[in-house]
Amino acid sequence: MKWIAAALLAGLLLLLPLFAGDFYINLASQILIAAIFALSLNLLVGFGGMTSLGHASYLGVAAYISALLTSRYGFGHGAAAIISIAGTIATAAFFGIIALRATGLGFLMITLALSQVLWGLAYRMSDVTNGDNGIAGLTRPMPFGISLDGAAAFYWFALIVTSIAFLMMAIFVSSSFGSSLKGVRDQPRRMAALGFNPWMIRWITFIYAGFWGGVSGLLYVYYNKYIHPTSLSTTSSAEALLGVIAGGSGTLGGPVVGATLVLLLKNYASAYIERWNMLLGLVFLFIVLVMPTGIVPGLSKLMTRLRRGPR
Amino acid sequence: MTPLTSDYALEIVDLNKAFGGLKVTQSVSLAIRRGERRLIIGPNGAGKTTLFNQISGDMRPNSGQIRLFGTDVTTFAPYKRAHLGLSRTYQIITLFTGDTLEHNVTLGLLGLLPSRWQMWRPLSFYGDLAGEARRTLDTVGLLHLANHPVSEIAYGEKRRVELAMALAQKPRVLLLDEPLAGLSNTERSTVKSLIASIPRETAVIMIEHDMDTALDLAETVTLLNYGRVIVDGERDVVIADERTREVYLGS
Repeated sequence: MKWIAAALLAGLLLLLPLFAGDFYINLASQILIAAIFALSLNLLVGFGGMTSLGHASYLGVAAYISALLTSRYGFGHGAAAIISIAGTIATAAFFGIIALRATGLGFLMITLALSQVLWGLAYRMSDVTNGDNGIAGLTRPMPFGISLDGAAAFYWFALIVTSIAFLMMAIFVSSSFGSSLKGVRDQPRRMAALGFNPWMIRWITFIYAGFWGGVSGLLYVYYNKYIHPTSLSTTSSAEALLGVIAGGSGTLGGPVVGATLVLLLKNYASAYIERWNMLLGLVFLFIVLVMPTGIVPGLSKLMTRLRRGPR
Repeated sequence: MTPLTSDYALEIVDLNKAFGGLKVTQSVSLAIRRGERRLIIGPNGAGKTTLFNQISGDMRPNSGQIRLFGTDVTTFAPYKRAHLGLSRTYQIITLFTGDTLEHNVTLGLLGLLPSRWQMWRPLSFYGDLAGEARRTLDTVGLLHLANHPVSEIAYGEKRRVELAMALAQKPRVLLLDEPLAGLSNTERSTVKSLIASIPRETAVIMIEHDMDTALDLAETVTLLNYGRVIVDGERDVVIADERTREVYLGS
């Protein structure tokens, strides 16, 4: 039953461009990018117990470095991608050292402040970042000479990257290290007494989450062929956090469902209601009230209850 | 009896700790031989658990020194002390409630292994770790519950999981903080024989209020009061001491 559902979903995802129009294919690409981003944030929030409100930093840093290198300094996409990811990792390593001096609310505030610094820089250093105008006229890479300019081609490219990202993060959370991370989230003191180094475990996770945030940033800038400071903004971080919590933090499916929901609401609701954020807030409120642990854990609980039958 | 050479598992030299004006550890000096069985007694608030917290590294003393097998560990983080052979249990049960008993004990094993850093291989692929965890659970009589989450088992069983997690690490120095607290009589005798069966080379330092059970397990006894060592020595000598009666056994 479970395998059939998974196979159906895989088939649907794979064949989507064959029966859907460009609008829907592009929407699906955006969902995939948002899913990687939410999954990476979930490593911190759900599995590490580190609620970050500055995760957009890593998406933005990767996107900006790639945009600058390819448009201004004539780098090829391959080299630019490697440097962008390296830059994102370095940023996460540095931010992690600062933010992990605190836990809980302190951690959240530091991540927020650090991301605001980057957002401010993107806005104000207009001779480098082009400020509020953003960097336009970017190109998409051509892996193995295949053009990604078509909606379907880009979708398949994003699907491959997303599948790898999902798999890698799934293995990560089920690994020995992932178990250590969950242990440090639940009982840091005990974990330290057992021989684990809580700080190092958190820091490595912070960097790893930053890495996948950077990967989603590259896809983001390839897709949009444009980058603007708003991608670094707190709104961008908060939307992803909202998706993670609404979908179900600490699960693998939750962030994907949550990111999908946020993106769909953003695209559809904004066409009818100007203040789509208000609708998002209401939907979020509804989810939290009905399923406090998120959609995915909530639905799976409902399923087991239905399967057992009424009592 | 082993001679009193430098062969100490744990040495504490002139340890002091105060919370503001409250002195919880005052010039405490202790020396525990390898394989020694030491009982620490004293009324509530005597500073017993605080002393444990300083030994394990959860708390830093204000002054003094702690040595594990001759290594000065006073400034070491808790995890470094664990790698030198120190394990502990907690007075307030500190387990991973959502996880199975097997997973809890596996974490105890993993803490000392380099594979704890492994990110690319699911933990479930380490069959030998799970096997080892189940063997440890068997020794504490909980193998039949190995696949149950901690949240589903009884209090007395949780106490034994606490012990199993520490025992799995094959410690050279084991700190037991009230391992019998809240147990029924039958459970007491189970845990007592468990503690008695800990390998002889492991030094065991135990805080316990149940004197009837704990005294049988101890070779030496330290009496603490107001953060000070009042009496310290061979079990029978400490028990017979006038001051012990005054502080603890009397009234």
